[in-house]
Amino acid sequence: MNGLRVSNLSYQFGEKTALDNVGFSLKQGDFCALLGPNGAGKSTLFNLLTRLFVAGQGQINIAGHDLQKDPRAALATLGIVFQQTTLDLDLTVLQNLRYFAALHGISGRDRNRRIDRVLDRMQIADRAGEKARTLNGGHKRRTEIARVLLHDPKVLLLDEPTVGLDAAARQAITKHAHSLSDDGTTVLWATHLADEVCPDDRLIILHNSRVLADGHAKDICGKDTLENHFLRVTT
Amino acid sequence: MKPYLTVLVAIITREALRFVHQRERFIAALVRPLVWLLVFAAGFRAALGLSIIAPYKTYITYETYIVPGLCGMIMLFNGMQSSLSLVYDREMGSMKLLLTSPLPRWWLLICKLLGATAISILQVYAFLIIAALFGIKMPVAGYVAVFPALLVAGVMLGALGLLLSSFIKQLENFAGVMNFVIFPMFFMSSALYPLWKMAESSEILYTICAINPFTHAIELIRFALYLQFNGMALLWTVLAGVVFTTAALWGYNPARSGIRRKG
Repeated sequence: MNGLRVSNLSYQFGEKTALDNVGFSLKQGDFCALLGPNGAGKSTLFNLLTRLFVAGQGQINIAGHDLQKDPRAALATLGIVFQQTTLDLDLTVLQNLRYFAALHGISGRDRNRRIDRVLDRMQIADRAGEKARTLNGGHKRRTEIARVLLHDPKVLLLDEPTVGLDAAARQAITKHAHSLSDDGTTVLWATHLADEVCPDDRLIILHNSRVLADGHAKDICGKDTLENHFLRVTT
Repeated sequence: MKPYLTVLVAIITREALRFVHQRERFIAALVRPLVWLLVFAAGFRAALGLSIIAPYKTYITYETYIVPGLCGMIMLFNGMQSSLSLVYDREMGSMKLLLTSPLPRWWLLICKLLGATAISILQVYAFLIIAALFGIKMPVAGYVAVFPALLVAGVMLGALGLLLSSFIKQLENFAGVMNFVIFPMFFMSSALYPLWKMAESSEILYTICAINPFTHAIELIRFALYLQFNGMALLWTVLAGVVFTTAALWGYNPARSGIRRKG
């Protein structure tokens, strides 16, 4: 199986339950929105999927690799865009991309070829020589998405990547993210904004540490708008 | 093996680029020991009589005595500085990027350690050159012989920084490191005074100084600068380095950090 499978995942911070028996399965090439209000457990789930935390209970399988048993193989097929920007602001776009390629053991001509490809794909080739600090919010995000595509991940996690962006940049990044699954990449897109989810998207609603709904967005909200439905079930 | 080297080169390059971008840090790192060397030592040379002790073969000036201690001081501050930057990296998120690389976590952290040590060594050589310009010179071959000693001392102090960074949750807590790590380590060592002087004042302090791994790091550097080998100093420094590195790797274990940190 080439997608992402999470089963019976639970996690606690001391007494507080952050995730309670969370499970879902995404096929190769699925685009899935993970919608949840602040504090629903999205970031904890992402920290577990990226092995920054280790789950007390449950299994995570990334592109056929068990994260617990074979973490390195699982992480090699995973791409992550964190909520907070992780660019080195004093380095140029190109230097940031080179650094990340090296973290995945990619070097030399192969690295340069991949960098050219992702810069073109995210339409930021003309910014390659600029320092990350001088980029606007939208371009910083595009750089991060370009970076995460460098090692051809099979599963992509994006943790609220539109936070802090203006409406136009938000729309552009959301559109880009949807197109990422076209080539067979599995995409999990965490957000708390219902308008970033298309009716045909796979949707998981996370609330109070549990999966509240799992299906296609249009089926989950029925005749109601997703915004209204989301507000109703989470307040 | 190639991915391991690729990531090592990338991490050292990143540390070097960051260092170049922070010119103030470089200047501060040089000014601090130079003030000690040119002001403090000048005032103290009359007060502190030094007898002939190994590795010196003759009477030496106080300035000459404290040069190895100040090399150690540069490395100690740098080790703590890199620890500070690790805490900063964690708050800024770039640590997450590093830790989600598919290469083994221990290797990534060792690369960080070697990167910080490389910067330390660069600073020490800059300091030694300036000291030589002021007339405080070592045997020429000593400048080469000291390199491996600096490497071992730098890794040990960098590992201490790495260990501290795994336990410090916020930048604000870092001031405590100054008071509880840097100052005691520096003053309870052979950096500023030979240990026999300390023994004359207090047996307990002497014992603490003799155990302090920083003392051994300095003695390793001091002997190497005069083309002599101090096996005991090497043993203690390496031992401390291994203990600090092992504890730091444990500190960065995801199963443990998950329990302690939210975010």
